[in-house]
Amino acid sequence: MKFQQIDQFAAELRADTRAAVYDGSKKGHEKRTKLLFDEYPDPNRLRVLAGQVKQHVIENLDTYLPAVEAKLKANGVIVHWAATADAANETVLKIMRARGATKMVKAKTMVSEETELAHFLEKHGMEALETDLGEFIVQIDHDHPSHIVKPIIHKNRREIATSFEKNGLGAYNDDPQTITRRARQFLRHKYLEADVGLTGGNFISAESGRLVLVTNEGNSRFCLAATKCHIAMVGIEKIVPRDRDLALLLNLLARSGTAQDLTVYTEFISGPKSATQPDGPEEMHVILVDNGRTEVLASDCRDILRCIRCGACLNVCPVYRQASGHAYRSVYPGPVGAVLSPLLMGDRFKEKADLPKASSLCGACQEVCPVNIPIPDLLLRLRDKGKQEGLSSPGTPPMGAWALLASQPLAWKASLIGGRLMNYLPTKLVPVPALRAWEAKRTLPPWRGGEFRKWLHNRPTKP
Amino acid sequence: MLNTERLPLTGRRVQLMATCLCDAFYDDVAKATVQVLEHLGCTVGFPEAQTCCGQPAFNGGDWPASRKVVRHTVKTFAGDEPVIVPSGSCAAMLFHGAPLEFEKESDLPAVESLGKRAWELGDFIVNGLGVKAWPGRFDSTIAFHRSCHTRGTASSAAASTLLGSIAGLKVVEFGEGEQCCGFGGTFSVSFPNISTAMGNLKLEHVRAAKPDILVSGDMSCLMHMGGLAEKEGKPLKNMHLAQMLRDALKNGGLI
Repeated sequence: MKFQQIDQFAAELRADTRAAVYDGSKKGHEKRTKLLFDEYPDPNRLRVLAGQVKQHVIENLDTYLPAVEAKLKANGVIVHWAATADAANETVLKIMRARGATKMVKAKTMVSEETELAHFLEKHGMEALETDLGEFIVQIDHDHPSHIVKPIIHKNRREIATSFEKNGLGAYNDDPQTITRRARQFLRHKYLEADVGLTGGNFISAESGRLVLVTNEGNSRFCLAATKCHIAMVGIEKIVPRDRDLALLLNLLARSGTAQDLTVYTEFISGPKSATQPDGPEEMHVILVDNGRTEVLASDCRDILRCIRCGACLNVCPVYRQASGHAYRSVYPGPVGAVLSPLLMGDRFKEKADLPKASSLCGACQEVCPVNIPIPDLLLRLRDKGKQEGLSSPGTPPMGAWALLASQPLAWKASLIGGRLMNYLPTKLVPVPALRAWEAKRTLPPWRGGEFRKWLHNRPTKP
Repeated sequence: MLNTERLPLTGRRVQLMATCLCDAFYDDVAKATVQVLEHLGCTVGFPEAQTCCGQPAFNGGDWPASRKVVRHTVKTFAGDEPVIVPSGSCAAMLFHGAPLEFEKESDLPAVESLGKRAWELGDFIVNGLGVKAWPGRFDSTIAFHRSCHTRGTASSAAASTLLGSIAGLKVVEFGEGEQCCGFGGTFSVSFPNISTAMGNLKLEHVRAAKPDILVSGDMSCLMHMGGLAEKEGKPLKNMHLAQMLRDALKNGGLI
C-alpha cells in the first residue's frame, strides 16, 4: 500500500533521531508554555495583538517597503532589492567582489538558507562560514538544518563529537562544553580574518529604519565587530510599523522560540559606523528579498507571512515530533513549513503539495503561534488547491462517491443498513485501501448502522 | 475557532445532529444525547434526511465534494432551533470549517447561519442552558481527553464543569494532554505510521494515570484510541460524555 512520503520517512527514521527530536521539541514547548503563562495573565491576547500588527504590515507592504527603504537610506544604509534567490545571492557576490573580499562570516539567517547562499558563494570561490554553533555543525557535516531555531535538534552529542574529530577539531570528546569551546576557538580566528559579516534581520522598524537581530551566542556581534562591511539579507515581510511594536514582538519571540524572557543578545542597528564611533562596519547593505513572497501575498494564504520564525509550532506539533524536520524536504519544516514551503515553490507547488497533508489538523500550532496564524485553515486551503490542480494524494480516500451518498438521504439510510455486511466480511476481502490501513493497527467497532434511528422511532413515549 | 456569534436561545426545542459515526457505529451515544437533552426539558427533533457534516472531504482536500454535503446538511437542518452535536469536531465543522470552504460561494450566509445555531453538547448544556452542576452519581475514576477541534472553544471547560460536579466521579489528569490522539480523519489512513505512533503515545499517558474509563466528547478520538488499544490486546474502556451524563442520571434514579 502506498502512503504519504512524510509518513514513510517517519517510519524509517532512526529511533535515536526520533527520540532527540521528540525530547527537544517537547521540552521547548513545555518551557515556553510555563514561562508565558507564569508571566502574563492572558498571553493569548498578546498573540492576537501581535498577529494584528504583523497582518497590518503585510496588508500594507506597498507603503511600508518604500518607507523602510527611505529610512534605511537616510541612516546611511545601501538598499538592494532582490526578487529571487539568485538575485539575492548575486547581490552579495557583487558587493564582495567590489570590495575585493573573499571571506565571509555568517550569522544564522533563514532567508540565506532559502537562497543557499553559502553554497553559492563557495562555488564562486568565496569562503562563507556559519558562526551559529548549530549551523556551523550542519555546515561541517554537509547536513541540513531540521528546525528553524534549533538546526541540529536531530543530532546527539556523540554524532557531533565524531564530526568534530573528522574535521580536525580535536580528538573525540562528546562533552558539550568541550565541543562549544573548540568551536569558539576555531571561530575566533575566522572572525578576525573575515572581510564581510552577513546577518539576517528579525525585524526592521519602518519608523526608525532600525534593523533588529536576536541571537543567543553573540556570534552576530562578532560577525560585525571585526569586519568592515555588514550585509543583511532580510525577507520583505520582516517589517514592524513602529519601534514600540518591538516590545510586543521581542517578548513573544524569545518566549515562544527558546523560552527566554529575552534572547541573550538583542541588537538594534541603525546604520554603518558613524564618524564618532571607534569601530564597526563602515559599509552596511540591506538586501530586501522577495523570493516568492509577493506570490504568497497575492494568495489566500498570505497570513503565513506574519511568521516571525520562532519554531513554537514545530515544537508542539505531534507530526513534527514523530517525523523530524528533514521529512519536510524544505528549509521550513513543521506546520509553518507545511504552508510556506509549498507556496514558496511558486510554479513548482506540486513538488511539495504533500506537505499540507502532513497534519491531523489538531490546531496546536495555531494555539502556540505568537502571531496567531490560522495554520490549520491555511493547510486546508492548500489541500483544496492541490486537489483543484488535479494532484494525486497517496492514501487519501476518494470522496466523490461518498459525497454523492451523503447528499442523498435514501441512499444513505440504505447504506447504513447495508454496511452491516462489514461485520461478516473479513477486512482483507473488502476492497477499500483506507479500511485496510485502519485495520492494520486498529480494530473497527461493530457496524450498528440504523440502530439509533430504529430506537428513536420505536420508543413508546416521548416526554 | 471560537463560536462567539451564537444566536440567543428561544425555547427548548432543539435539533439533533447525531453525526455519521453515531449513526453507523455508536447508537448508544446518540441515544444518550437524546436522553440527556430530554432530561433537561428539551424537545429533540431528529431531521431524518441527515447524513454527515461534510468534514471527511473538507479535511481530505476535496472541497467541492464537501460543499455538496454541507449544502445538503444546511437544507436538512432548516429552521431556527439550536442544532446539538455530540461531537466537538462536527460542531466545529458547522461553525468554522464549512464557512471557510464557502468563503467564495453565494450561499455562504445560509452556511454561516447554521454555524451560529450549532452547539457541541457539553457547551450547550453549560453555556446554552446555564447548567453548572450535574446531578446523579457515577462511582469511577476517569481521564478526559480534550478533543483537538474543541481548542479555543468553550467545550473543554464545559465538560470539566459537568464531569467535575458528578458525585462519586474522580477526574485524573494525564501527561501531554494538549496533544492530538492521532486520528485526524483521512490522516489516520494516509499517514498510518505517524497516526498510530501519536495514538500509542496518548494511550501510554492515559494508562499511566490509571483511569477506569477514558472519556471524550468526540467518538472519533475514542474510536482511534479504543481501536488501537483493542488491537494491542489491552482494551481500554471508553465512554462518550453523553453516556457519562446519562448514566449518572440513571445511577441517581433520575431517569
